[in-house]
Amino acid sequence: MNPLPVLVGKAVRIAFRLRGGGSALPGLVVERLDPRFMGRALSTLPHGVVVVSGTNGKTTTTKMVVELLEGQGLKVFTNRTGSNFTRGVAAALLGDVDWRGRLDADVAVLELDEAHAVHFVKLVPPRYSLLLNVLRDQLDRFGEIDATTRLLERIALATTGTVVLNREDPRVAGLATSVTTAQVSYFGLDASLRSTFPNDDELRGAEGVAPASALPADVVLRSVDGNAASFEVEGTTTHTDLRLRGVYNIFNAAAALAAARAVLGGTADTGRLFSSLAAVEPAFGRGESLVVDGQALELVLVKNPSGFRLGLKSFDPAGCATMIAINDNYADGRDMSWLWDVDFDSLGLGGVDMVSGVRAYDMALRLKYDDVRVTAVEPDITDALKQFVLGSEGRPKRIFCTYTAMLAVRRELSKITKVEVVS
Amino acid sequence: MSDAPSAGALSEAPADPSKGTLRILQLYPREMNIYGDYGNVLVLKRRLAWRGYGVEILEHNAGDGFPDDVDIIIGGGGQDSGQVVIQDDLQAIAPTLRGLAEDGTPMLLICGLYQLFGNVFRTHDGTVIPGIGVLDLETRGGTERLIGNVVATSEEFGEIHGYENHSGQTFLGDGLKPLATVVKGAGNNAQEKHEGARYRNIVASYLHGSLLPKNPAIADFLLRTAAERKFGTFDAGGVDDSLADLARQHAGARPR
Repeated sequence: MNPLPVLVGKAVRIAFRLRGGGSALPGLVVERLDPRFMGRALSTLPHGVVVVSGTNGKTTTTKMVVELLEGQGLKVFTNRTGSNFTRGVAAALLGDVDWRGRLDADVAVLELDEAHAVHFVKLVPPRYSLLLNVLRDQLDRFGEIDATTRLLERIALATTGTVVLNREDPRVAGLATSVTTAQVSYFGLDASLRSTFPNDDELRGAEGVAPASALPADVVLRSVDGNAASFEVEGTTTHTDLRLRGVYNIFNAAAALAAARAVLGGTADTGRLFSSLAAVEPAFGRGESLVVDGQALELVLVKNPSGFRLGLKSFDPAGCATMIAINDNYADGRDMSWLWDVDFDSLGLGGVDMVSGVRAYDMALRLKYDDVRVTAVEPDITDALKQFVLGSEGRPKRIFCTYTAMLAVRRELSKITKVEVVS
Repeated sequence: MSDAPSAGALSEAPADPSKGTLRILQLYPREMNIYGDYGNVLVLKRRLAWRGYGVEILEHNAGDGFPDDVDIIIGGGGQDSGQVVIQDDLQAIAPTLRGLAEDGTPMLLICGLYQLFGNVFRTHDGTVIPGIGVLDLETRGGTERLIGNVVATSEEFGEIHGYENHSGQTFLGDGLKPLATVVKGAGNNAQEKHEGARYRNIVASYLHGSLLPKNPAIADFLLRTAAERKFGTFDAGGVDDSLADLARQHAGARPR
């Protein structure tokens, strides 16, 4: 093997670090010089590769799987936020491999964007895949949700060990029929929770709540009470407190438990899995709590109707100042139609203090049609945030924002409080 | 489902006792609801309520009986799989829909149902899906997807703003007028620079966004036509569209 591509890639990576900010360019460099670099680095791991994909909740779920496996003593390689595509994985690998391109880890847990995952699994067949959901998300990128389902199917088909599927999402659960070589396991919900986590067919139109599936699930989320939840594993129900906020994160905890159990097989220490789970902190923008002017400020990333609806449902607006920032850059999705599939009635009582972002007026118009009072509209996020913080003195604050709006909000917040800025 | 966006109360009595109630029928909301088509229904509902009219939202799903006394019909876009599910039912109610269209019932047809109200859809693998022939047009499935922001102009409605996302390319028959001329984006097909179709009181379009919130002139055309047909008059006052104007300005400045 020629170590040169790895060394060049590492050098480029260091150069970029010195310039400030991360970049996937070093990944591109090593990919060009040595196309098999990534496959070679990942193929020798004792527990193989876990791919986490789906439209919603990948980042938080990946973080949970990583921490669950680390809690069992495994050394885990993972990709960081913002690099959920092949080149990003290659760039992250460059930081962790030795000069011969070898990775010192027991297992890799990788969050992959649905479209990029298809490319990735051709290079590196995963031993495990965790497929979360297919909800309408960035339809301008993937065309249709049935097309997204076919992308996840390619991941499932490439998986050599176990495919972990969401029993409650008919598009995801249906992938089991395509899987021939790998094993299939499921995570699921108690029947009483089905209405809290609508699948895409139930988002609009379909009446009532679909009956809980009869498929046996490896992990079932039995109940949610604020930040506490109970999960059933092998007939035993365990009640645990969680640091994660938001009901959707708690269902993803069931997903992460099922994936970790698939990796660990018979060696899993269940008690330790739950203590690791209880300690997981929210990922970037997934209900993070910051402190501004002595008051809590929560950032809630919203990127599709299901996520926005669950975000509104998870965080009680009473007594809280609310800002919404909607951008329409490529990473956010350019189409604003999705805002019309979200019901904003819950904000009706307290109103919205500030609406911002490139598409602030689309958002304000949406709120008008739900009779939600808007105090101010300021498309410029810097100005909007200043006004919002000044105008909400003494009140806890919450900001719902799309991906690139969140990057801008965090940059501004970093000037006044401690916040990790992701570029 | 309790927390899904819904039209809220499905019927509201007129706030102004001198005004009547309009009945709005959504075609196939289960299968053909992608891309915020619900926004179009919400806009019609609220604009009626703000003006003191009553409103009833009705649904027609596959297998349902077709309701009487419908004042406005709205149909949206769906995935290919949804179009298969509704196919037989749509053919069964086609004579009724043709009659209503010819009679002048205002209709808004977006994307998937726009295509199916035409003569035929030829998919790119050669499958021929019959339409219901209300609009003299045909659609050919393409391999290229036409995606992005659209600005188009119409004498009747002024500038129209929306977002397109379709692989079918639609070609209008000689006698059928397009809804608008495209300024930015593709529209009906990749060649002709026109968007949608305009026939009797039907507005048909590829545009999502949703279409009606940022294009209140089209919303009010549907409402005025329906109200005048039913009550003889329409009270168009009482709606402030300044936010829609600002949203249009900002949308118009965005890249394709």
